[in-house]
Amino acid sequence: MPDSNEMKKTILQYVINEYAEEDSDLTYDTPLISGGLVDSFSMVSLKRFLELKYKISIPDERATPEAFDNVTKIANLVLEFL
Amino acid sequence: MSNIGSYDNRLHGFSWKIAEQELGYIPGDTINIGWYCSDRICQLGKADKTALIWEGHDENSTRTYSFNDIRILSNTIGAFLRNLGIHDGDRVCLFMDKIPELYIGLLGILKIGAVVQPLFSAFGDESLFVRLENAGTRAIITTRQHAPKIQKILATLPDLQYIILVDDNGTKALKAKEIAFSLDRAIPVEHLEVFPTKAESHSLLHYTSGTTGQPKGVKHVHYSLISQYLTAKWALDLQEDDLYWCTADPGWVTGTSYGIIGPWSLGITQCVKDAGFSAETWYRFIEKHKISMWYSAPTAIRSLMKAGDDLVKRFDLSSLRHLASVGEPLNAEAVLWSEKVIGKPFHDTYWQTETGSIMISNFPGMKIKPGSMGKVFPGLTAALLDPDTFEIITEVNKPGLIAFQFDWPARLRTYWKNEETFLKKFRNGWYLTGDRSTIDQDGYFWFIGRDDDVINTAGHLVSPFEVESALLEHEAVAESAVVAKPDEVNMEVVKAFITLKPGFVASDELELEIMNFIRKKLSPLAMPQEIEYMDTLPKTRSGKIMRRVLHAKEWGEETGDLSTLEND
Repeated sequence: MPDSNEMKKTILQYVINEYAEEDSDLTYDTPLISGGLVDSFSMVSLKRFLELKYKISIPDERATPEAFDNVTKIANLVLEFL
Repeated sequence: MSNIGSYDNRLHGFSWKIAEQELGYIPGDTINIGWYCSDRICQLGKADKTALIWEGHDENSTRTYSFNDIRILSNTIGAFLRNLGIHDGDRVCLFMDKIPELYIGLLGILKIGAVVQPLFSAFGDESLFVRLENAGTRAIITTRQHAPKIQKILATLPDLQYIILVDDNGTKALKAKEIAFSLDRAIPVEHLEVFPTKAESHSLLHYTSGTTGQPKGVKHVHYSLISQYLTAKWALDLQEDDLYWCTADPGWVTGTSYGIIGPWSLGITQCVKDAGFSAETWYRFIEKHKISMWYSAPTAIRSLMKAGDDLVKRFDLSSLRHLASVGEPLNAEAVLWSEKVIGKPFHDTYWQTETGSIMISNFPGMKIKPGSMGKVFPGLTAALLDPDTFEIITEVNKPGLIAFQFDWPARLRTYWKNEETFLKKFRNGWYLTGDRSTIDQDGYFWFIGRDDDVINTAGHLVSPFEVESALLEHEAVAESAVVAKPDEVNMEVVKAFITLKPGFVASDELELEIMNFIRKKLSPLAMPQEIEYMDTLPKTRSGKIMRRVLHAKEWGEETGDLSTLEND
C-alpha cells in the first residue's frame, strides 16, 4: 500500500507537470477544479492517470469535481479504492 | 410583464428600426459598440448604476464596477493601446480567464476602432498559433499564467508586436515583446476620443471550427449591436432591475454577444464568477447576489442535475425570474427538471458564432415545448431546405436543413481570408446553418443534428480534422480518425481511432500520453476522451477514411452503403 504522503507528492507532481505552468506554487490543498486549473474535460485524463498508476478503477459517479478538487482529496479517493 | 409581450403581435410589422430608435442610432451615423455599452449608459443617467459584480474563486474577492467605472477603465485601456500604436482595424486578442480586464478590455479595444479577437484561455499553443497567425494579430492581452503559451509560438508570429500582461507585479523580468499594464495602477482616462466606426466597421473576430480545414475567423461588425440589443431584451428578457449571470466565457461568442454587448447596451447589471464548475458554488453565487436572470448551457445544466436535487434545496434561489440556455439542444428532461426543482424552466435558445445573435428561441410568456428550440425571432425568415435539392420543405415534421434569409444585423460578413468557404454557406439565396431540424404544426423547431462531422462537445464545436491532424503529429500515430461519441453530460465527446507506426505497442499508458498530448496542443475540449487502437481504419478504395462508419458504430446506427469500402 503506497504511503499517503508519497502518493500526494506523486499526484501533485503529475498535476504540476500536466496542468500547471512552470514554477507554479501549487500545494496539496490548492483548489484544482474550483480554482479553474483543471476543467471537467482534463479531469478525465487525471482520473485515467490515477487508475493506471495505482491499478484501481474509480467509478464515474465518484469522480466528481468535489472529489478531485485538491491533491489531498484525490489521494483520499485513491486510498478508498486500493 | 415580459419585454416582448405577445410574440405573435411582434411578428406583425417588425423592423430592426425598433432597436435603432431605442438606441438613438440613425443609419449612416457612427456606431461604436464600446461607446454604446458604457458612455451612452452614463449619458442616460445611469453612471452610478452597477455594471459588473465580479467574483473570483475566493468568495471574498468580489469587485464591483459602475457604468462610469467601465467607461473610464475602457478609455484607459483604449488609450494605452492607442499609445502603443494600435489603430483601427488592428486585431487585438483577449486571452485570459474571466477577469474584469477581459470584459472591460473588450470595450476599450472597440472604442479605438480595433478588432477584438477573443480566444478561450484553455487553448493550447497550437490552437493559439493557428488563430493568431490567421488573424495577423498585432497585440494580445493576457496574464502571466497564459503568457508562456504565447512565448512558445512567438517566433512564428511576425505580426504580433505586443504581449500585454495585465497582472504583472514586477517581480519577474519581462520576456520578449511583453509589456506590463495594470488597470488598477494606470492613470484613469476620463475622456477618450472614440473612433468613429460605422455600421460595417469590423468589430469582432471569433473563431469557429468546421469539419475540414483550419478554424475559420468569423467577421462581425458594429451594426451587430442592433440584433444583440434587441434579442437580449426580447429573448433573454433582460429588464432594468435584473441581476444577470451569463455563465459563458467571452472566449466564445455567447460570452461576448450576451456576456458583454447585449446586457451592457441595455444598461443591465451583470455578475461574473471566475471559477471552475461546482454545483454548490454556482447555487451559492446565485443566492448571494440574488441573480434574477441566468443564461447557461445544457452541459452545465445536466451537471447540476447530476449533482442532485437535495443540493438545490440548501439554497434560496427564489430571486431567479427567467432562465435560458444555449450551445446545444436542451433536452426535455432538463427543462422539466429545472421547472420542478428550481421552480422555473430553462428556455432553449438557438444561434451560432456566424449568426452573432439569437435566431430561434423559446420566448418568455410563450408555451415551452420541452426539447424544442422554440420559434424564429421576429423579423427573421427561416426555412428548412431539402438536403438534396435545397428547395423549401413545406411538409410539417419533415427533416431539413435550417436556413435563413441573410438579412439580420448581426450576421457574419465573411470568414476572414476565406471568402470561398463563406460563399459555400449559401444555396438558392438562403444561408445554411449546417444544422438539421423539423418544424411542427405550431412552428416550433426540433433539432436533429449537424449536417457535417463537426463535434459539439459541451456546446463547443470541435473539428475532427483539427484533432486528426494533431494526432498525426504524435510520433506513435500512423493514421487517425476522430468522431463524436455520445455522452450523458456533454452530449458528445471526442473519440479517436488510431493505427500505430511500427515499433509502437498499444497500451493504456500510450493512450493517456496521446490524450495529454492533444489536450496541451489543442485544448481540453479537443482531447479524445477515448482512443481505440485499430489494425486498419475503414477506408474507401481511393484511400479516404470513412468516418461515418466509425460514427455509426459509436451511435449504434446503420452504417449505410459500404460498397465503396476498401476490402481487407
